[in-house]
Amino acid sequence: MTDLTQSPAGTAPEPRKHGGSLLEQTPRTKRRNAAEKRFRGYGIAAIAAGLVMLVILVTTIVGKGTGAFQQTFVTLNVELLEAKLDKKGERNIEDIKKVTTFGYAPIIKGAMTAVVEELGIETGLKAKDLAGILSKDVAAQLRDYVIANPDQIGQTVEFRFLASSRVDGYLKGRVTRESIVNDKNISAEQLDLVDALAAAGVLEKTFNLDFIFGADASDARPEAAGIGVSMLGSLFMMFVVLALALPIGVAASIYLEEFAPRNWLTDLIEVNISNLAAVPSIVFGILGLAVFINYMHLPTSAPLVGGLVLTLMTLPTIIISTRASLKSVPPSIRDAALGVGASKMQAVFHHVLPLAAPGILTGTIIGLAQALGETAPLLLIGMVGFIASNAPETLADGLLAPNSAMPAQIYEWAKRADPAFYERAWGGIIILLLFLVTMNTLAVILRRRFERRW
Amino acid sequence: MNDMTVMDKTVETQNIKIAAKDVNVYYGDSHAIKDVNVEIEDNTVTAFIGPSGCGKSTFLRCLNRMNDTIDICRVKGDILLDGEDIYDKRVDPVQLRAKVGMVFQKPNPFPKSIYDNVAYGPRIHGLAKNKAELDEIVEKSLRRGAIWDEVKDRLDAPGTGLSGGQQQRLCIARAVATEPEVLLMDEPCSALDPIATAQVEELIDELRSQYSVVIVTHSMQQAARVSQKTAFFHLGNLVEFGPTGQIFTNPEDPRTESYITGRIG
Repeated sequence: MTDLTQSPAGTAPEPRKHGGSLLEQTPRTKRRNAAEKRFRGYGIAAIAAGLVMLVILVTTIVGKGTGAFQQTFVTLNVELLEAKLDKKGERNIEDIKKVTTFGYAPIIKGAMTAVVEELGIETGLKAKDLAGILSKDVAAQLRDYVIANPDQIGQTVEFRFLASSRVDGYLKGRVTRESIVNDKNISAEQLDLVDALAAAGVLEKTFNLDFIFGADASDARPEAAGIGVSMLGSLFMMFVVLALALPIGVAASIYLEEFAPRNWLTDLIEVNISNLAAVPSIVFGILGLAVFINYMHLPTSAPLVGGLVLTLMTLPTIIISTRASLKSVPPSIRDAALGVGASKMQAVFHHVLPLAAPGILTGTIIGLAQALGETAPLLLIGMVGFIASNAPETLADGLLAPNSAMPAQIYEWAKRADPAFYERAWGGIIILLLFLVTMNTLAVILRRRFERRW
Repeated sequence: MNDMTVMDKTVETQNIKIAAKDVNVYYGDSHAIKDVNVEIEDNTVTAFIGPSGCGKSTFLRCLNRMNDTIDICRVKGDILLDGEDIYDKRVDPVQLRAKVGMVFQKPNPFPKSIYDNVAYGPRIHGLAKNKAELDEIVEKSLRRGAIWDEVKDRLDAPGTGLSGGQQQRLCIARAVATEPEVLLMDEPCSALDPIATAQVEELIDELRSQYSVVIVTHSMQQAARVSQKTAFFHLGNLVEFGPTGQIFTNPEDPRTESYITGRIG
């Protein structure tokens, strides 16, 4: 095979294509290198832009939301006057219950007056205005206490009362003396009182556990609102999603990936599952409204319905990730199992599924995280705008009693007029993000931990 | 070519273990195997040789119906194992594969312990009544796979942590653990270095005493070294089938001669 190296006889050798020194870059090389450098620059710029956005997002959320975790409390000694709370003096619980929260107002006023006198604070405010710096929730808190402890009537008991949202906002810098000029809920004199009480240590800003574990409150009492009950709502929904989407999704994927024949029907199903993953979530919401509520007559606002809707939404995600992880198990493992006489199902369940499990788990967690943060479908089944004031007591209650969900609760708060709720919306976002970050981290750890290479 | 001395190996006439009659295999529209007739004897190593894509692996996979897992694959004709048609509707491929074991081209141990790799087959077929019996089967199989001495102290170690040659011998041990009657080997040494190859070849020769072994190989030297019968496949046809010595020294068909002398393939 020597003919290739011989040049045809009689012709002069062609000039060399790559003449010139290697130490000098040709114009073409320069252009190529410049293009590469530019492209790297674009890439870095894109990543930098993303990072800047992320930093802005995180600092804004943390800056605006951390306030929600702190709340202003007033510590008061309250004399539970027998004359007001139990006129007959028989400690009959029915009689005590007859006293409405309105009946507690004089007691609260008395306690406020007492503390002002005790500290020698000079103020021109009336007793009613003194009590005005407290939350409207206080009377209910007091009444609940008295009904639970009727034997304390006639005694003086120390209480930590929520301050009103305006007072709380004043301490957090949200409310200023200029901003309250037209505010009927609070006056400059009351702020003077707040300053004096804060100086005396009666009024202080502390960590508020009730924001994390408490129930939502009505429009007039933003200081009492918490995300806890809607967190339970989310929890029950996730429970439903996990219990339904994981087995259905995994069974469907195993069938499609390992058993189903390849034909136009399975192709069609495959394409449609991929399409479903891209369907806007509100479409699933209206489907849930039509099927689960209008047709099946399941209760509105129930986490069960929310869970069913989110299951529909999560299924494609789980199926796609499960199929991907089943596909990534090398066929040689299936061959090995079949080769020693395992049935197809044994091969799948003994060998393929354990190897695919980390991927399935990761996909499921990511699907759940996606469902946890979903708001739109909940709008349509009535889980938004509902004030969940009591935590569910039983499992059935948790599934069927009306409740909200974390993102729905955040949306609800953001919608309300009082800026105190706005702060709580940001605080709720912090909690929601903590959940999502935890779940995604878990998914990453699981994947790293159990990933097998071969 | 020292290897050619194997032509002296005696070929004893044995019982026919597998008989293939007019076998045709189609992958969709492509005709992969054309009218193959072959008789595989018991206690014999039969080698399938031929250039890439000639259908030898496809034919091998027909013998334990591994092709069933490929949707578009159709098999026509009869393949008789001990006189029974393995493509009969009543035959369960799972039961067939317990009888006809297989070792694959790439070592494919399960990502489990060495013990579990070997014990898996006996477990699913219920060959052991208790742990002691299972231990015995595992030891016997690993010994037969000529790997016992290397792994006896680390049966709990993962099978995937062994070297390539050890993995392949583990796979052979796993295949023999289910007590098959026929052992199919699809290029078992193609992923191994020469030393591991020699060990596996030695093993194949030993296995012949108990099984009918069918081996697909790209290496003609290997076929010459380990087999008693050789079948040459070309473009889906079985060109020539006969005693190994005869195929390598005195082939009848010019195509066989071209292949073994290196002119085609």
